[in-house]
Amino acid sequence: MAVVFEKPKALTDATLHYCPGCTHGIIHRLVAEVLDELGIQGKTVGIASVGCSVMSYDYFDVDMVQAAHGRAPAVATGVKRANPENIVFTYQGDGDLAAIGTAETVHSAARGENITIIFVNNAIYGMTGGQMAPTTLPGQVTQTSPYGRDTNHVGFPLKVCELLSNVDGATYLERVAVNNVKNIKNAKKAIKKAFTYQTEGKGFTLIEVLSTCPTNWGLTPVNALKWLEENMIPYYPLGVYKDKYAEEAEK
Amino acid sequence: MADKVLMKGNEAMAEAAIMAGCRHYLGYPITPQTEIAAYMSKRMPKVGGTFLQAESEISAINMVIGVASAGKRAMTSSSSPGISLKGEGLSYLAGCDLPAFVVNVQRGGPGLGGIQPSQADYFQATRGTSHGDYHMIVLAPNSVQEMVNLTFQGFDMADKYRMTVMLLADGTMGQMMEPVSLDMGEVKSYDKPWAVTGTNCEREHNIVNSLFLKPELLEKKNFERFEKYNYIEENEALYEEYLMDDAEVCIVAYGISARIAKNAIDAARAKGIKVGMFRPITLWPFPKKEIRAIADKVNSFISVELSMGQLIEDVKLYTECTKPVYLCNRTGGMIMTPEEVLQKIEEAVGGNK
Amino acid sequence: MTTTNMLIAGFGGQGILFTGKFLAYEGLLEGREVSWLPSYGPEMRGGTANCSVILSDIPVGSPIVSNPDTLLVMNLPSLDKYEDATVAGGKIFVDSALIGRKVNRTDVEAYYIPATKLASDEGLTGLANMILLGFVIKHTNVIPFENIERALQKVVPASKQHLIESNRKALELGYNYAE
Repeated sequence: MAVVFEKPKALTDATLHYCPGCTHGIIHRLVAEVLDELGIQGKTVGIASVGCSVMSYDYFDVDMVQAAHGRAPAVATGVKRANPENIVFTYQGDGDLAAIGTAETVHSAARGENITIIFVNNAIYGMTGGQMAPTTLPGQVTQTSPYGRDTNHVGFPLKVCELLSNVDGATYLERVAVNNVKNIKNAKKAIKKAFTYQTEGKGFTLIEVLSTCPTNWGLTPVNALKWLEENMIPYYPLGVYKDKYAEEAEK
Repeated sequence: MADKVLMKGNEAMAEAAIMAGCRHYLGYPITPQTEIAAYMSKRMPKVGGTFLQAESEISAINMVIGVASAGKRAMTSSSSPGISLKGEGLSYLAGCDLPAFVVNVQRGGPGLGGIQPSQADYFQATRGTSHGDYHMIVLAPNSVQEMVNLTFQGFDMADKYRMTVMLLADGTMGQMMEPVSLDMGEVKSYDKPWAVTGTNCEREHNIVNSLFLKPELLEKKNFERFEKYNYIEENEALYEEYLMDDAEVCIVAYGISARIAKNAIDAARAKGIKVGMFRPITLWPFPKKEIRAIADKVNSFISVELSMGQLIEDVKLYTECTKPVYLCNRTGGMIMTPEEVLQKIEEAVGGNK
Repeated sequence: MTTTNMLIAGFGGQGILFTGKFLAYEGLLEGREVSWLPSYGPEMRGGTANCSVILSDIPVGSPIVSNPDTLLVMNLPSLDKYEDATVAGGKIFVDSALIGRKVNRTDVEAYYIPATKLASDEGLTGLANMILLGFVIKHTNVIPFENIERALQKVVPASKQHLIESNRKALELGYNYAE
């Protein structure tokens, strides 16, 4: 019988614990497909963070380290510096990367660490039950912004790709989304480019993936995808924010 | 044996780390331990190693976690406030059963405190530093030679037991120069099948992890870890005795305090006072059995420490409060003189009568 | 069996730490017990830099010299601070070019040399510390004078070998100084 669809080798057989409709599963799969296609599964080390994806160490069939909240880029730095021949990536959510781990994120970019960060932005703290995240949109209702995010009171969301685009050490930054087939295909292309750059020793790469949280947004999975498109993409425009090598090629 | 050289404690310790096979130093500047980073930044590139100045102590200890996870020897160093920041990482190192070597060149506290020598981080070091059930092996050198020897030995213990070894020094140990031999012998290497180096698609994936959501499993993990700790307590406690054979008063001190106390003991002996010293070299594991045995022979103890009564708690605990324990201390960066210790010895002798 | 508990004190920049290092290296070469501790501790007050040096035939206890038997002072605050701490029968060496007053104690031996003036007169600016040390070596048995050459070779870094000559001259000048 011809196989038309199968699980990537870089994923284990473990059953994902994510909520129905959550797009973490898609992103896991995209990363795993890229590891398969580049033939780098066997030399890849992943760093799991704290948040919904904390147990991603059980899902990726590569060596994994589970890092403290926000510290994944520092742990990745250590792993990569110890064994530069390994391909090292972190998988982090918005609370982990853009709040408690802001310093680690910015400085691993500034050092130009040859690592890849998969940054999943769903505008909320999922694991702890839906609190306001650094990327929660203005006016967005969460458990800790019950009247909507009031920018006069708690300020504005962080736009990570825009922020890092000013860091000289960063090589490649792109924001993608996984709300429809076209965007998913683009997301995979971006992830593949990031890992390819790392295999070529080109330096710091970060792919920000706009993702959904139907449970904590209080929406059906389908409506969550719609909400992402109508609310998140306008605030967090998709696209390449920096690509040192594309810029150089143009020159 | 190789010739002795004159070196500062901090620099000799750094060289010993390199001799122990450490090729990754990750740190962040803080007084009074900056010589270590300065020395490493010069030496590491010459031995094919990595010196990295992180953006924070927190990041530095997490880089250590990364290097250790990858199976290589790693170290960081700091001073008291910086060690507090590293606390989170130290707990993760314990939870992940990773080897690491961490130096604390103590300064006065709490808060930003001062930059002068102190031993006020005794509780912090011996009680695990941060959250969760765990221990670190804590080594307390009292000379430049011990800074070197214990560093070399410390890297070995870290790998052997897969845990953090902390060298607990103070500003004087770090800054002083003494003749030192760097003749260290062979580095023993350990297999690390648990390290994350890539599966090469030939084995199950390794996971370095401290998360165990099932309480039964977490309890089992902790029980196992404490079996290891029990073994270490039985086998790795180090100490030194000075003039204890006929002593009626026993001074307990470590690090610089033990050096000062030694002068006081010599002065007291010249006056005919029978006093000696018990110097724990491992603060965890504390040499429990040995000090308990001493308690049956002496009339009293004096804890000489640069803190407000931290070491004294272990003296009382492990002597089971069988004999009076007096405190001779300074704090905040002040250092007691041998005369102050002598005075306390004389008080203790008076109290014994 | 002899032990020298020396405290060298002055302003930062006068070569206080280097003077101590020179002695420590010579002690090492003689195979003696040695410790050197810079002004690191509560004594680092009053704008003075200082350094404790112990040379002994028995293992050194505390590396902190709080009661020197040999005191070298290169500024007034240091004399004011450490004169009373000096042990009875000890020796105090004073750079009289920088310190106007005499030693008050009568139970110590006081020696005076205008080291800083001699240094500038002889074109040895910055080496008053070594002139003072030469003078100390003359009046104590801390180290044998004939060993200064090998100690200089050891303590002066390879990149600064041209300084050995001037350091030797300074030590000789102090050693041969007649009060």
